[in-house]
Amino acid sequence: MLNYDIVVIGGGPAGLAAAIEAKKNGVKDILVIERDRELGGILQQCIHNGFGLHVFNEELTGPEYAEKFIDELKNQGIEYMLDTMVLDITEDRKISAINTENGLMNIHAKALILSMGCRERTRGAINIPGTRPAGVFSAGTAQRFINMEGYMVGKKVVILGSGDIGLIMARRMTLEGAKVEAVAELMPFSGGLTRNIVQCLDDYNIPLLLSHTIIEIKGKERVEGVVIAKVDENRKPIPGTEKHIECDTLLLSVGLIPENELSLKAGVNIDPRTNGPIVNESMETKVKGIFACGNVVHVHDLVDFVTKESKKAGKSASKYVLGELVEKEEIIKTNADEGIGYIVPQRIRMSNVDEKLELFMRVKDVYKNVKLVIKADGEVIKEFKRKHLAPGEMEIISLNSSLLEGKQVSNISVSVKGA
Amino acid sequence: MNKEVVCIVCPMGCHIKVKKDENLYLGYTVEGNKCKRGKEYGIKELTNPTRIITTTVKIKNSHLRRLPVKTNEPVAKDKIFECMKVINKVSIKAPIKVGDVVLENILDTGVDIVASRSM
Ligand SMILES: Cc1cc2nc3c(=O)[nH]c(=O)nc-3n(C[C@H](O)[C@H](O)[C@H](O)COP(=O)(O)OP(=O)(O)OC[C@H]3O[C@@H](n4cnc5c(N)ncnc54)[C@H](O)[C@@H]3O)c2cc1C
Ligand code: SF4
Repeated sequence: MLNYDIVVIGGGPAGLAAAIEAKKNGVKDILVIERDRELGGILQQCIHNGFGLHVFNEELTGPEYAEKFIDELKNQGIEYMLDTMVLDITEDRKISAINTENGLMNIHAKALILSMGCRERTRGAINIPGTRPAGVFSAGTAQRFINMEGYMVGKKVVILGSGDIGLIMARRMTLEGAKVEAVAELMPFSGGLTRNIVQCLDDYNIPLLLSHTIIEIKGKERVEGVVIAKVDENRKPIPGTEKHIECDTLLLSVGLIPENELSLKAGVNIDPRTNGPIVNESMETKVKGIFACGNVVHVHDLVDFVTKESKKAGKSASKYVLGELVEKEEIIKTNADEGIGYIVPQRIRMSNVDEKLELFMRVKDVYKNVKLVIKADGEVIKEFKRKHLAPGEMEIISLNSSLLEGKQVSNISVSVKGA
Repeated sequence: MNKEVVCIVCPMGCHIKVKKDENLYLGYTVEGNKCKRGKEYGIKELTNPTRIITTTVKIKNSHLRRLPVKTNEPVAKDKIFECMKVINKVSIKAPIKVGDVVLENILDTGVDIVASRSM
């Protein structure tokens, strides 16, 4: 059995930031385990820019952002294993991992940080009828093929789903000479960042078809076209609106799901709204000593916020190892009220909160000129004005801890209110 | 000339309004930007829109077949496809460091193509 103070599962931006922060806070024996052939996670295929404006104050590409953290990890002398897959973890933080060099390894950690990221939903998850020809890819897979392996996936493309990956891939395929016929989106609004709609679709005159879906894929060996249709308020196709679009490639950008098979094995409980572990102010799960951060907790659109959240997880894990985390205390629950989809963290112990309590959340709909109303046990404690809120853009609010000092609060709620 | 644009300088994506105003030193009023970069962007988007290009080039002697690259400065929007043609002819050999220039002064724009990672 190998022994470490902290083991981090997943070497993406979340795992890297957590490991570095834990080291800076005085923990020495740290191991990062990554199943890929290199560190950096999904960032290595996200070659577009738009990363790091909050953390580094400059606009970086994904690989540049990753490299800064990888360099820092190496400078700090933190141990890592590549091409190593974690197979199982237990409630008492025993890990089994495998690689070709060492075979099966049993590792024990005083604290464990889960940062496995997420995976893409596939065609199976959304059920499009029709044949099963070649030329249907998830957008992330296509991104990896094009940007890392140098394999162009098609010439005439339709994209289903207007999340950021779909939008980024629309531009990427266009730049590489493909014609993107349309991006179809089931919802009446895009799930991606507004800036991506502007610079990936509008810049290249790619039509964004809101409230549309694909009802059939045509073609025997290779995709020959898709049938799209308008949908009604209940997201059901409206008969008579069907249109055939000729194409040889269909990219699916229909969402990401946090990768929590391992978390479940350790008895961590999952929030059905985020599909990630329920965590407290320290990014600790229900299981003592098991922390989580990044896309495994909730899907992030900005890596800067991943870094922020993961630093907190790393610092908390180091406090836990050093016996400085306050474990016993009244717990405040956060509650996503009217208009709010979810809030992370779901549980708060005020003793572990520094000056500011930060709440990450997503709204359910697009709103203009509204207020985010924060209540403690039903009483308004703070309001934030917002000009523009959208489900595709994560919102962070920062509350002064003093607002809650000396009060016996059991519930903090957030809601959206018309101004 | 009035225009509503979405600022793409950072992911905040502020919705900004740009209005022509001859009386001002800059010649325009800008509203809705959360920071001064948005002001610059708004005016530029009306007068001379530019974009950073991010793409890849062929690389040999490496564990990957493509090296991510970017323009070190934004280039005029209407030159993007011309630039892509030039970039797609580049082929380089590892090792390379992040920030290294892989192609100088593309199409005489004064802009260089640089590596986005070490490989
Ligand atoms: C296409 C796309 C475009 C994006 N664009 C932007 C943008 O423009 N700007 C921005 O700021 N953010 C952007 N993001 C968001 C940002 O990149 C992600 O939020 C961030 O990378 C998440 O980091 P992570 O470490 O949680 O997950 P990941 O980067 O996915 O890392 C998780 C790591 O864990 C490893 N792993 C998983 N399971 C195991 C296991 N069992 N054993 C060992 N290792 C394991 C994986 O191999 C992976 O390396 C984008 C994301 C995507 C997908
Ligand atoms: S105005 Fe400033 S804060 Fe707003 S999107 Fe532009 S750069 Fe970002």
